[in-house]
Amino acid sequence: MAAAGDELRMWRNFQRRARFFRPDVGECRVKPPLFDYLVARSSDEAIRLLSDNPGAMILAGGQSLIPAMNFRLASPSALIDISRIAALKSIDIVDGNVRVGAAVKHRDLEQSDAAFAVNPLMRTALHYVAHVPIRNRGTTVGSLCHADAAAEMPMILLLSDGWVMAEGPNGQRKIPAAEFFEFHMTTTREADEMIVSATFPALPSGAGYAFAEFARRKGDYAVAAVGAILECDLDGRVAAARLAACGIASRPIRLFDVEASLVGANLSDAEIDAAGELAKEAVTAPDDANATTAYRQHLLASLTRRVIREASEKVRKG
Amino acid sequence: MSRHEHLERSIPSTSSDPTAEVTVTINGVTLTRQVSTRMLLSDFIRHGLRLTGTHVGCEHGVCGACTIMIDGRAARSCLTFAVQADGAEIRTIESEEKDDGTLSALQQAFQECHGLQCGYCTPGMIMNIRSHFDSGEELDLSDDGIRELISGNLCRCTGYANIVKAVRRAAELTGRA
Repeated sequence: MAAAGDELRMWRNFQRRARFFRPDVGECRVKPPLFDYLVARSSDEAIRLLSDNPGAMILAGGQSLIPAMNFRLASPSALIDISRIAALKSIDIVDGNVRVGAAVKHRDLEQSDAAFAVNPLMRTALHYVAHVPIRNRGTTVGSLCHADAAAEMPMILLLSDGWVMAEGPNGQRKIPAAEFFEFHMTTTREADEMIVSATFPALPSGAGYAFAEFARRKGDYAVAAVGAILECDLDGRVAAARLAACGIASRPIRLFDVEASLVGANLSDAEIDAAGELAKEAVTAPDDANATTAYRQHLLASLTRRVIREASEKVRKG
Repeated sequence: MSRHEHLERSIPSTSSDPTAEVTVTINGVTLTRQVSTRMLLSDFIRHGLRLTGTHVGCEHGVCGACTIMIDGRAARSCLTFAVQADGAEIRTIESEEKDDGTLSALQQAFQECHGLQCGYCTPGMIMNIRSHFDSGEELDLSDDGIRELISGNLCRCTGYANIVKAVRRAAELTGRA
């Protein structure tokens, strides 16, 4: 016969084990907040659902949205799943440019040889977007809409002078990258609009390109990253230059001053160093857990020098 | 316009947990279940199907412990809702063991090379490596190549050296080296 104290202890042990073996009893084990889940079968249906459900969000791959929901940083009233819409899953070459549908996974774009032939910068940069298991599910257009200021693909869209196509109840409108990214995680998409595709223009023929990034761990968002597209004339002088950076401001930005300084340059070491110094002025991000402003300036100058050198090596003159 | 419009916008149409029917093929078995729409696939696998080999670490996609295969590709089960997996073919670590109960080449290589200590990251590691092995892509078996391949899976015990060895050993065992 067990003493009363022992019996109580045995009951407690039993209850503890019972809870372990019957984990669904009396426990709520969900992390994200409550939402309605709606599956759209066409983009028209998705847009209608978006208008009918205020506070709803589009779910494509969910690789940014679901972690935000797990932390309860995002609590959409409904999720509209567009990942089953076949029409949004294609990568097309339209007028020589790469058009990426809203449900195209990063990994599919990375592995698309047709897209690589037109704009190789995409594959180069996609390699830096998180890790393969994330790229297997995350979508490129989703990343553009999430608009993290340190994300690679928004910067590549801006650098390539691309655009997104927004579709709402009143039809489609084209939003150039320069007007799309407004602030960290904020775009000029209206609440009733869905971005149905993004277009990454072809690189100019013969242009050299490069992308360089600094992150503390492989796959993290960039502390700073820079991309460059250079064209040279027959003498080897820079005829046109485009540079853009991310991680250093509240949105991806073009480095216009650096571009202007490079036109006509021979790309001597002194000119490249000067371009790096000019790039520092673009840093507006305040000190944060990853880096101070001064450190970001140092990184941006260094990465700018690196992409200019690398891009110039790839240029076909004339 | 209501003063609380911004609050009203985020109120779902129902306050009880909405459910949806999900049919998945998991490790070759096709099942249909009614699940809460906000049930993460990792929780569905562990609590709904009692396949506790899939481990849950950070629950926001950073650690890779919950990596499984969805339609032949490695994916984070904590960054997928169970309802999104409707119609999908899923493989978890439980599918690695052979029918006769012996270890798969990957598991054997991890054992031989001491590629695990506490073992918490191992199911995710193996499913990620499995997806690369099965995809038919060319494997870069240099140290850098293997470290790149497992870069999405964190291990706090091994220092990765033995995991790198295990991946190379698995490639030998499966004739991929």
